[in-house]
Amino acid sequence: MSLRSATDVAVGTELPEQVLRVTRADLVRYAGASGDFNPIHWNDRVATEVGLPGVIAHGMFTMALASRVVTSWAGNPGALVEYHVRFGRPVVVPDDDAGAEVTVRGKVGALLEDGRVRVDLTVTTDGEKVLSLARAIVRLA
Amino acid sequence: MALDRELVGRSYPPSAVYEVGRAKIAEFAAAIGEDDPVHRDADAARAAGHPDVIAPPTFAIVVSLEAAFVVLSDPEVSLDYSRVVHGEQKFTHHRPICAGDRLVATTTIDAVRSVAGNDLLTTRVDLATEDGEAVCTATSMLVARGTA
Repeated sequence: MSLRSATDVAVGTELPEQVLRVTRADLVRYAGASGDFNPIHWNDRVATEVGLPGVIAHGMFTMALASRVVTSWAGNPGALVEYHVRFGRPVVVPDDDAGAEVTVRGKVGALLEDGRVRVDLTVTTDGEKVLSLARAIVRLA
Repeated sequence: MALDRELVGRSYPPSAVYEVGRAKIAEFAAAIGEDDPVHRDADAARAAGHPDVIAPPTFAIVVSLEAAFVVLSDPEVSLDYSRVVHGEQKFTHHRPICAGDRLVATTTIDAVRSVAGNDLLTTRVDLATEDGEAVCTATSMLVARGTA
């Protein structure tokens, strides 16, 4: 992976869009890896009992997927120095092989000091925003 | 029941040491579909200038969320966990979390608010090495729906 230089980007530079598929199996794997076993992320009965439309993805899983778009663009997973998201609406993951589709777009929102840039992310599923705020600050080469 | 405003600023004793393992980092990276070798191959990580494999940025939640449970188990914090959803999350990384790090978490209540019948609780978890080197600050806003 080659490192992206701060001199190659400007305000408005767009990151390559990524469309990511999320299935129930992904949620189970994330639950195990993260230690977040809240049943609303794997059990339809519990999810609907608490008023959700069905099993939903962990907000932290969506946050992690969106971070990959930034770090792969920067060419360095260690480059992300600040990352802030607000969870707007849940990603409902149906119990089928297709799962849910999450689209991540990013754009450089500001050039900061020391080669750092702010990336503003837009994360949607079915055309609706799932993160009402998503900003990452990366230190470029 | 609404949360007491006097809880703001309350800090809890440091957690037990969490030792970051290579296998846990690799497992987490695989779970989020991240295939960069710096998360599973120590040689690749060293070639990129790190002492060992590094964790993906949101791995910090594995340590910080467990630490923040100290707040929810505080008898003076009456928050119904079955009604809690994650409202907001922020990480400030001073450096990447690295395999072999021995991390200690210190949790503080940063804010308490009631908005539209919901209780909002913001916790800040400062992760540092045993020797006191600051590694990451993780701030979580939890929303207890319909409890205020």
